[in-house]
Amino acid sequence: MNALQTAIADGVTITRRNALKIKRAPDQLGGAVILPIVFVLLFAYVFGSMIEMPGVSYREYMVPGVFVVAIVSGAQITGYTLTLDLRKGIFDRFRTLPMAPSAVLIGQTLCDVLMNLTSIVVMALVGLLVGWRIHTTPYEAVMGFLLLLFFSYAFSWVTATVALALRTPEVFNNVATVVSMPLMFLSNVFVDSSRLPGPLKAVAEWNPVSTIVQAARTLFGNTSPALPVSDAWPLRHAVEVSLLWSALILAVFVPLATRLYKKAVSR
Amino acid sequence: MPPAIMAEGLVKKYGHVTALDGMDLSVPEGTVFGLLGPNGAGKTTAVRILTTLLKPDAGRATVAGFDVVGDARRLRSHIGASGQYAAVDDHLTGAENLEMVGRLYHLGTKQSKERARELLERFDLVEAGSRPVQGYSGGMRRRLDLAGALVANPPVLFLDEPTTGLDPRARVGLWDVISELVAGGTTLLLTTQYMEEADRLADEIAVVDHGRVIARGTADELKDQVGGDRIELTVTNEADLETIRRALAPLAVGDTQTDATALQVTVPVAHGAASLTDALGMLAAERVTVRDVGLRRPTLDDVFLTLTGHEATARENATNAKEHSR
Repeated sequence: MNALQTAIADGVTITRRNALKIKRAPDQLGGAVILPIVFVLLFAYVFGSMIEMPGVSYREYMVPGVFVVAIVSGAQITGYTLTLDLRKGIFDRFRTLPMAPSAVLIGQTLCDVLMNLTSIVVMALVGLLVGWRIHTTPYEAVMGFLLLLFFSYAFSWVTATVALALRTPEVFNNVATVVSMPLMFLSNVFVDSSRLPGPLKAVAEWNPVSTIVQAARTLFGNTSPALPVSDAWPLRHAVEVSLLWSALILAVFVPLATRLYKKAVSR
Repeated sequence: MPPAIMAEGLVKKYGHVTALDGMDLSVPEGTVFGLLGPNGAGKTTAVRILTTLLKPDAGRATVAGFDVVGDARRLRSHIGASGQYAAVDDHLTGAENLEMVGRLYHLGTKQSKERARELLERFDLVEAGSRPVQGYSGGMRRRLDLAGALVANPPVLFLDEPTTGLDPRARVGLWDVISELVAGGTTLLLTTQYMEEADRLADEIAVVDHGRVIARGTADELKDQVGGDRIELTVTNEADLETIRRALAPLAVGDTQTDATALQVTVPVAHGAASLTDALGMLAAERVTVRDVGLRRPTLDDVFLTLTGHEATARENATNAKEHSR
């Protein structure tokens, strides 16, 4: 077997291991599915009755945002699982095997994409129940889901990097919460970012989360010509910039996480 | 024949703590080598370097002919390693754990399954094999971990404190498994804090302290150096301690230790039970009242006391520093 075949075979083996873990201990999957349901229902009925959006129902406006929120929190499972594995001896075993060192991280992130896929499907179904609709062509809708998954995969590598740098589950959880909260709320997930005050507006409009949300809204047709159009560059080209963000994140964080993984187990 | 494991001047520092301070090792093929030392002596660091988990700061080492730094990837196909903490996946069953390891050694699906079944049988885990590891006892986990190290039939095996934390029965059970294993010609390097374990399993022992080898030889050679068995006497009067030390001086083959707080005298003797009989005769002549008396094998503490002049207390600072850096 050449190096690439080895890397793929090992990646598959580790993905299978992680999938079995989810099957045996479905608490994480439960979290990844239940939290988004709670989000959809909570925001649809609590905020939905208070917030008016010109030309589009708030429920339709909000659901793509909740998709992204679920992805950002779902990706943290990658990091959290890695810190738990670091604490046990299992990585030592892996490191003494003639396997591709990239396999552990690839297996973990791939498995989390499967988990994110599950949670998106569940959210979409619950969304449909509360009144969310897709107004675009099936092609655009599929593109929308693929874009969300691609971003979730990229973001898993960010949390993997942070986890391998911090190394303890407790510290990771605290940092993840502190960082992801503003990332999610300083955006257009729940509100129209163009109506935020000056500096907040700038931050929200350049926040990658806003870009992804805007791209999803565009691809699912959950926008309205009546909504004020933002002149921020990332929001005007949301789909392209989303892909760019995801690719950029992968380009930076895949090598970084791989390096940290090697370092984290070489102690 | 070149040695299966060879190390020259290995040095590893964690900040200002020196874990390895120029360690040399040479393990001939097909033999069992014991690294004996207290916590923090550098045993685990040495094993981590030899199994490619760590890079040394200085020195070089080869295992099965491969350099641990330059040839790490190829070396890994020729070794099996089992650490202090059983490296098994809780949510996977015993069989799944072993199959996963087989696949990662690139044995192929069919052979991985077959090998897993063989090993479960050999380690008496057939019934438990279909259950998640979560419910295993400590001894079962260690056996499974050891089985994991053997999946690829590696010619060189590393076991880092394989029985630490096990109850005595599980320990003896694991010793039997290991003895059987090395009878097949596997080269084994094991680390341990127990003299008895090294004695039972190792052809040759290196005593490690502060990151260097301070003595090496067969178990018998080392025990001769530390003076064989110990007679341990407990008295009721502190004044008797000195009387006993003087009375038993002719039997002692090393330094007699007296402990005023525990009211204990420890005398290293050459002839075991025969010496004990002699000692009791001598004490009867001195009319000393002895509350308790016993004969025991030399412990790691005795080896240390003799070889280093200090007790084999764990180097807390070193261990803690390492923990912090993790």
